[in-house]
Amino acid sequence: MPGLSVPAMLKIRSLEFAYSDGGFRLRIPELDMAPGERVAVIGPSGSGKTTLLNLISGIVVPDRGSVQVGGEMVNQLNDRARRSFRLRHIGFVFQDFELLDYLSVLDNILHPYRIGAALKLDRSVRDRARTLAEKLGVADKLSRHPGHLSQGERQRVAICRALLPARRLILADEATGNLDPENKLRILDLLFKSVEACGAPLLAVTHDHELLGQFDRVVDFRQFFEERPR
Amino acid sequence: MRDDLYIAWRYILFNRARSLVLVACITLVAFLPLSLSLLLNEVERSLRTRAVDTPLLVGARGSALDLAMSSLYFDDQQPKTVSMALLEELEQDRRVMSVPLYVRFKARGFPVVGTTLDYMDLRGLSVRHGRLPALLGECVLGAEAAAKLGMGPGDHLVTTPENLFDLAGIYPLRMQVVGVLHPSHTADDRAVFTDLKTAWVIQGLGHGHQDLAQTEDPSVILDKRDSNVTANAKLVQYNEINADNMGSFHFHGKPDDYPLSAVILYPEDEKSATLLRGRYLDSERYQVLIPPEVIEGLLDNIFRIKRVLDTVVLIVGLATLLAVILVFALSIRLRQREMETIFKLGCGRLTMVRLLGAEIAIVALASLALGCLLALATSRFGDDLVRMLVA
Repeated sequence: MPGLSVPAMLKIRSLEFAYSDGGFRLRIPELDMAPGERVAVIGPSGSGKTTLLNLISGIVVPDRGSVQVGGEMVNQLNDRARRSFRLRHIGFVFQDFELLDYLSVLDNILHPYRIGAALKLDRSVRDRARTLAEKLGVADKLSRHPGHLSQGERQRVAICRALLPARRLILADEATGNLDPENKLRILDLLFKSVEACGAPLLAVTHDHELLGQFDRVVDFRQFFEERPR
Repeated sequence: MRDDLYIAWRYILFNRARSLVLVACITLVAFLPLSLSLLLNEVERSLRTRAVDTPLLVGARGSALDLAMSSLYFDDQQPKTVSMALLEELEQDRRVMSVPLYVRFKARGFPVVGTTLDYMDLRGLSVRHGRLPALLGECVLGAEAAAKLGMGPGDHLVTTPENLFDLAGIYPLRMQVVGVLHPSHTADDRAVFTDLKTAWVIQGLGHGHQDLAQTEDPSVILDKRDSNVTANAKLVQYNEINADNMGSFHFHGKPDDYPLSAVILYPEDEKSATLLRGRYLDSERYQVLIPPEVIEGLLDNIFRIKRVLDTVVLIVGLATLLAVILVFALSIRLRQREMETIFKLGCGRLTMVRLLGAEIAIVALASLALGCLLALATSRFGDDLVRMLVA
C-alpha cells in the first residue's frame, strides 16, 4: 500500500475467489496492512467479508493471486502447513465468542495449545495467560466456566485466547456484534490496546458504523465483490 | 494425547449425568452376562459338590427335587415326612450308614435341622467355638447364622412359631446355643443344628410341665383317679429345657411314628447302594434318590434358561450398543460448532476424531474398571450370594 514505511504484515495481491456454486466472485487487486495497523472492513451482508478472513487465514484457498502473512505465502502452503500456520500466527476473535462451555476460562484461553502440536504448552505459557487475563480483567474468573460469565467477559476471554500465542495477524469477525453499546467500546478499546502491545495488525469485519472512527483505516468491501447470476 | 485426554475428561466431567448413564449402561451390559456366568458356575459348583457328598437319600414318595433341595440345602420346600420306623429298618443293614434329618422349623429365619452327631462327621463339620449339642434343648449354629444372629455359646435362640393364631399349635422353644461351627461355605453355614429329640419337642411331640404329683396348687388338677391325674389349662408348660426341668420332659406316642424329613445313606460300596435302591424300587411309600442325578436334572434346566437369558442379554447388548452409538453420533452433531471453531483455530478434522476417541476411551475404561470391580465382587462373594439365592 502506498505510504507504508515498514514492511507489510499482510500483503494481498490480485486475489480472486469464487465459490463453486458461482453466485459470487471476490476480486481484491491489492490490500496491505502494516504492523499494529487497525483496519475495519465494512460492506453489505454476503459481500465476502468473512470469506476474506477465511482466505487470509488459509481456511479457503484463492483461485488466483497471493496472500502473504508475515512474509509467509499462505496460499502456497499445503493443507496441513496452512492449519499449523493459522494455529501459530493468526488470532481469531468471533462474534459468538466460540468458547467451549465445558472448559474453564483458563482452559479456554489455553485451548489452542492443547489441540495442536504446533504450540507447546508450558509453565511460561500459563504465566502469560494469567498476565493477559489480568490485563483484560478476567483474572478472577479463570476457574469459572463461560456459562457463568457476562457477554463482555466472554469476549474478553476470547480475546485472551486469540492473543496468547505470538501472533502475526489478528482477525476479528463481528467481534462486538453481540455486545451492548457500552461493552462494544470497552471491548474494542481492550482489543486495540492488546493488539498494540503485541504489534500485530488487526483486521476487523464490522457492521457497526459508529465504531469506524476508532480504526486507522476503513476498507469498503463493495468495491471488491461482484454478484454473478447463478 | 495427554491434552486430548484432558479435554475429553473435562467434557465428561461437565456432562457428568450423561457420562454416568453411558458408563452404567455399558458396564451393565458387559457385566450382566459375565456375572450371570460367574454366578451360575458358582451355583453349579455349589449344587454339584453338595450333591456328590450325598450318595443316597431316602424319603417319602413325591417330588424328588423337593426332597433333595430340602435335605441338601434346607430350603423352604417341605416334602412329606417318613417315620422313625424307616430309619430303624435302614439301620438293620450294616453295610449302610444312615443319618436322619428332620428339617421343618425355623429360628429367626434360619432352618432348624434335627439330626444326629454323625451328620457333623460325615459333612466334615467341626466346632469353632463351644461344643456340639449333648443335651435336650441344645443347639449349635452354622458360621453364617451365628454371625448374622450375633450369637455364640451361652446365648439362647427361640424357634419361630409356625402359626401365631394356632393356640393348639407349635410353641416356640428357647434353645441354648452351645457351639458355633467353622464355615463350610455350604448350606450348613446357614443352619441351626440340634438333635432329633429337640426337633420333636419343638413340634410338641415331647414336652415338659410342672409335676402334678408334687404340686401344692389344687386348682391345677381337673380330675384325679387312682394313679391317673388330669390337669387343666393352668398347668405350667416349659418353653425352655434346663437342668431343673429336664427330667420333666417326656414324649407321647409311639417312637416308631416320630417324623423325619429324609435319611441320608452312606453305603459301604456300590453293591450295597444298588441293593438298597433295589429294595425300595417298587415301594409306594418311599423313594431312594441319587442326589447328583436329581441336581444334574435341575442344572440342565438352569442352563437351558441361561441360554435363553444369554440371547436376551445379547439383544439388550446390541440395543445398548446402538444407543451408545446414537449418543455419540448426537454428541458429534451437538459439537458441530466446536468442531468448526477448532478447525478455524487451526486444527484438522482428525483433532476432533482424536478428542472423541479419547472420550470414548475414557468412558470404555471407566466401564471396564467398574465391570472388573463388580466381577471381582461377584467372584469374591459369589458363594455367599449363591447360598443366599439358593436358600
